[in-house]
Amino acid sequence: MSPSKGKIRVLIAKPGLDGHDRGAKIIARAFRDAGMEVIYTGLRQTPEQIVTAAIQEDVDVIGISILSGAHLYIFPRIIELLKEKGATDMLVIGGGIIPEIDIPKLKQMGVAEIFTPGTLTSNAIEFVKEKLQGK
Amino acid sequence: MNDRIKKEKERWKNKMVDSAVKRHLERKELFTTVSGKPIKDLYTPADIPEIDYLKKLSFPGMYPFTRGIKATMYRGRLWTMRQFSGFATAEESNRRYRLLLERGQTGLSVAFDLPTLMGYDSDHLLAIGEVGKCGVAVDSLQDMETLFDGIPLGKVTTSMTINAPAAILLAMYIAVAEKQGVKPDHIGGTVQNDILKEYIAQKEWIFPPLPSMRIITDMFAYCSKEIPRWNTISISGYHIREAGATAVQELAFTLADGIAYAQAGIDAGLEIDEFAPRLSFFFNSHNDLFEEVAKFRAARRIWAKVMKERFKAKKERSWWLRFHTQTAGCSLTAQQIENNIVRVTIQALAGILGGTQSLHTNSKDEALAVPAEEAATTALRTQQILAYESGVVNTIDPLGGSYFVEKLTDEMEEEAWGYINKIDEMGGMIAAIERGFPQKEIMEAAYRYQQAIEKKEKIIVGVNEFLMEEEEQPPFLMIDSEVERAKQIKKLQALRSKRNNSKVKECLKRLRLAARGKENLMPFILESVKAYAFLGEIVDVLREEFGEYQEPSVF
Repeated sequence: MSPSKGKIRVLIAKPGLDGHDRGAKIIARAFRDAGMEVIYTGLRQTPEQIVTAAIQEDVDVIGISILSGAHLYIFPRIIELLKEKGATDMLVIGGGIIPEIDIPKLKQMGVAEIFTPGTLTSNAIEFVKEKLQGK
Repeated sequence: MNDRIKKEKERWKNKMVDSAVKRHLERKELFTTVSGKPIKDLYTPADIPEIDYLKKLSFPGMYPFTRGIKATMYRGRLWTMRQFSGFATAEESNRRYRLLLERGQTGLSVAFDLPTLMGYDSDHLLAIGEVGKCGVAVDSLQDMETLFDGIPLGKVTTSMTINAPAAILLAMYIAVAEKQGVKPDHIGGTVQNDILKEYIAQKEWIFPPLPSMRIITDMFAYCSKEIPRWNTISISGYHIREAGATAVQELAFTLADGIAYAQAGIDAGLEIDEFAPRLSFFFNSHNDLFEEVAKFRAARRIWAKVMKERFKAKKERSWWLRFHTQTAGCSLTAQQIENNIVRVTIQALAGILGGTQSLHTNSKDEALAVPAEEAATTALRTQQILAYESGVVNTIDPLGGSYFVEKLTDEMEEEAWGYINKIDEMGGMIAAIERGFPQKEIMEAAYRYQQAIEKKEKIIVGVNEFLMEEEEQPPFLMIDSEVERAKQIKKLQALRSKRNNSKVKECLKRLRLAARGKENLMPFILESVKAYAFLGEIVDVLREEFGEYQEPSVF
């Protein structure tokens, strides 16, 4: 039995070529300080690498940080791969420079929530805890 | 005199302040700058008792340049208004550059897309979704020819934000200028070329530190002879600050990077005065006006001292810290975006009061997308209003002599030296980076700042206070990367069938041999570029020879 049983497990991932990781690292640390188990992938992960890591680590949440504008390519690819692997129970959330107009499209694809600049980490923590209640 | 002031201040405090506080508490127990630096209620001559005017401040254009590097500053020539721009294809970006020049911008600044920054061509698998998104896609000299079509490179100076593949893009620029009939010694501009801050903050690296430093010193040597008006590097605090550093950390890590480059040049056998005059700097300007001004003034004073005393530079130009400023992207909010124009104005003012040589003002929509045309125009107009209407340019270093600003300048300098000495003790910046030292310091500061916002110790208008229901967001500049990628791939394919492929192969082979040896790489890169080798092909050769950097990632 894993010692962390009962803790929410989160994978924070930085896909694409963008290296701006301030947001990813802050949210990783905030989730950890909120009592979650956090794994950070590091930079420049392909959707394939992210999904493989998420399954290997058996996480409850995948948090994607993306600032480059490639979100309309990255998110659908991750969701598609999760479906292929039968891991659709994982909560996929995202943060970064994402225009409002794209958010409904992303949610329709299956992204649970998008946190745009200015989001308080406490809001993201609350959201995750609420969604995973009873888990 | 100072003792009397101190005594009188004590009396003022007891008599006036204490009774005022009794009636009404001050709004906070501790007042701090954006960076969390404590600030006193009042500064007097007693705060700067040792100020030796001639030694510490002196006159503009005179050592240690605290008040500015030029004798006349903006009375002689305004700063260069240089708006960073680039998106989609070379054709699109060329149109934007012409528009900005037409509207009074005085220099160009090129933003490349992520695949270009990382040394991948547009047809690479890793480029999917990223082509033309955050900047313009450049795969070959042909794209560069299009990018500067109709722009006279003998008259306009160009800054290129490019780091790991900087040598290649510079070679392309030289080649385009030649085609326009402009000789290399007539072109002017800057390549960012600052790989150390990539390892520290922005993380767009390709090669490990040692070969990266070799490419950079090769460029120092080549440019000092062939393109003497070119700034070979723009040692950047901007990204360090954006990653969450405090003002002092930005100052200290940037100058420590500068020291590392100067030392690398000397170790490569160059004379300090051969290349130091072409080193330039790039700082961030955040909301805290006085803290920023003090930072710029301290930066000049420290660098002059480093150059003169540590590196024994003789030329006055080597002592100058010339810098570009960009307003703080990380300060912009996605909420109530009109407010960002006000933030940018304050930040731009700080850059000007700090004596910047060139300035980029951010657009109000940048927390959400690449600037739309109208937003980019307002950003440029902000600079023009400061330059032509505000009157702040009429006298040099107008904040000089303020008890507060002088004290703050002294403190920033002292704290920065603390960091610089610590990094020296670690064995220099590369060793410090390998230990993760600056990365950790920045991460801690970023987290502290975020917590201060969450606890409302710091108020951000529209984010944690003064919120309101928002109207719909304005239309943004939307770039469909797939469309751009398809266009680029078509161009790549056409060029591949048109160019002399055996010549390309030959050039790349020579480059590989040079990379294995000790020869200066620039001529080999220039030759490859002129043969229309792709950016990715050139980087691949170097990647194979030099390897790739692996980050020790911590949070």
